[in-house]
Amino acid sequence: MTATLGARPAPGKGRARARHRLAVLGFMAPALIGFVLFFVYPLVATVIFSFTKYDLINPPEFNGLANYEFMFKDPLLTKAIANTLWFVVVLTIARTVFALGVASVIARLKSGVGLIRTLCYLPSLAPPVAATLVFFMVMRPNGGPLDSVLGWFGVDAPLFFSDPAWAKPGITAIMLWISGDLMIIILAAILDVPQEQYEAAELDGAGPIRRWWHVTLPTISPVLLFGIVNSVILALQLFTQAVVAGSAGSGAADATGSTKYLGFPDNSTLTFPVYLYTQGFRYFDMGYAAAMATVLFIISFAVTIVLVQRMRKNSTAEEGGPGA
Amino acid sequence: MTATLTKPPVDVPAEPEQPRRKRDVAGILNWVATHAIGLALGLMFATPVVFVFLTAVMSDDQAFTSNLWPREWHWENFVEVFDKAPLFQYLINSLTYSLLATLGMLISSIPAAYALAKLKWRGRNVAFILVIGAMMLPPQVVAVPLYDTWSSLGLTGTLVPLIAPYFLFDAFSIFLLRQFMLTIPQSYVDAARVDGCSEFQALVRIIIPMAKPGIAATALFCFLFTWNDYFGPLLYTGEVKDQWTLSLALATFKGMHIVQWNSSMAVTFLTMIPAVVLFVFAQKSFVKGITFTGVKG
Repeated sequence: MTATLGARPAPGKGRARARHRLAVLGFMAPALIGFVLFFVYPLVATVIFSFTKYDLINPPEFNGLANYEFMFKDPLLTKAIANTLWFVVVLTIARTVFALGVASVIARLKSGVGLIRTLCYLPSLAPPVAATLVFFMVMRPNGGPLDSVLGWFGVDAPLFFSDPAWAKPGITAIMLWISGDLMIIILAAILDVPQEQYEAAELDGAGPIRRWWHVTLPTISPVLLFGIVNSVILALQLFTQAVVAGSAGSGAADATGSTKYLGFPDNSTLTFPVYLYTQGFRYFDMGYAAAMATVLFIISFAVTIVLVQRMRKNSTAEEGGPGA
Repeated sequence: MTATLTKPPVDVPAEPEQPRRKRDVAGILNWVATHAIGLALGLMFATPVVFVFLTAVMSDDQAFTSNLWPREWHWENFVEVFDKAPLFQYLINSLTYSLLATLGMLISSIPAAYALAKLKWRGRNVAFILVIGAMMLPPQVVAVPLYDTWSSLGLTGTLVPLIAPYFLFDAFSIFLLRQFMLTIPQSYVDAARVDGCSEFQALVRIIIPMAKPGIAATALFCFLFTWNDYFGPLLYTGEVKDQWTLSLALATFKGMHIVQWNSSMAVTFLTMIPAVVLFVFAQKSFVKGITFTGVKG
């Protein structure tokens, strides 16, 4: 482990170091170029565009803070922010709790684990467009499968994707159906909890629920934090399900032209990214879209910092050595 | 945990017979309850797809009704959808996007992940944090200038803007590969160096063979991510129909054939098959890869 390049005989030292540097540069070169082209440049350009009026055809025209000022006067933006905040709160809580619950059940299974784990995980691999259409069909009112099943109990299914009050819960249901990746992560963390800790708690007379609460939960809390951060990011980016559910609900699922249908019903599925897309690529108001992108960047940057700090804490606690 | 010592050890062997049998009964009940819940969960996840399948094979008329079970099995629905939309073209576009992007990702990300995991250099930690930052960035943030650039190059309306970035930089793949490579003991790399291997030889001869499961998992995720991508194809190829991918076409298919639940569900079902097939053949890679994204962070 000490045989890194520094430990080589003195004569070759300088040349070896140069070779080492060249190797690093060579390995990192594509990534470095890609990072500059696809992240650094567009981030800088987004901020610059956000101070202009730009329609993609005529050259950008500087207009100061006009785009940002307009944000405060734009009722649709307020709506979009409210919708995205709704998802950040509800989706984050629902997804983390749901994935934790399912993982906790699977962790206790003694037989059939493989099958049930596979059934719970597979939907998360489906294309989001397909997953959305699956739920759109299953939850459709007047004769949809869910409606029929609820009908046996004398209940009418809510108008999931055509009632503004039910569209976001409908999308949340889709997101829970495809949360299998988080389940697997939490499940792995639960199975990693040292068995001795459970045995010790059992000797203390703790039942399964208290063992789960006092042993499992505290031990897997870093993974739960990951799940929360991951869900917040997912909620901030929510686009595909909202666009597909909105346009399928409106009955005019045209990927191109139909600007007026995004956000259906009654703008309840108009999330921040959907509105950004609408302004930028349907109305070609690139300046305003760039201003929104700048805001979205600042928010996701803050969330990322939380995650990075958690990872740092983790890696210093776990390894601390130079190999980390 | 530490309280175990306070309990008199006499308690354990001195337990009478009766409570143990009671505990067995409780254990069986517990087992039944847990497995019933588990089974219910599994069914809950599977049911929507079963409904989709059953609707897909119904006749045009029956798909309208509230019937759950098909009266006749119209298997030909899965074939007829190919006449209703150029699905074959979309399939080729999807495969082009996914396969080329995955190939590009492997070429660009394996060396970068190696440099981040196994080489020591100043700025490595900063570079890794930047990779995470790029991974977390919503794609909509950088969409405006990127679209602007690709459009001035005359490449919007093609799959190039979707594929090209993978040949240089894919944050998630670099992240995942690095996590895998960290688990390979440093001593293997050092031994290779002592034997006179260059860094490139160490990567090709030692790391790549040892990281094969990780590379497989990363390639799977990359393939599925691009296969499932909707925002990218919508942004760059939305206006050019013959460049559509399956995901993009699927969203539109529902609109054009709104009344025909059976055909739209047949297409929906078909687009979900590749993921299932990949999973069946590479279940271990999937589970391992997924776990790595969260736990080893």
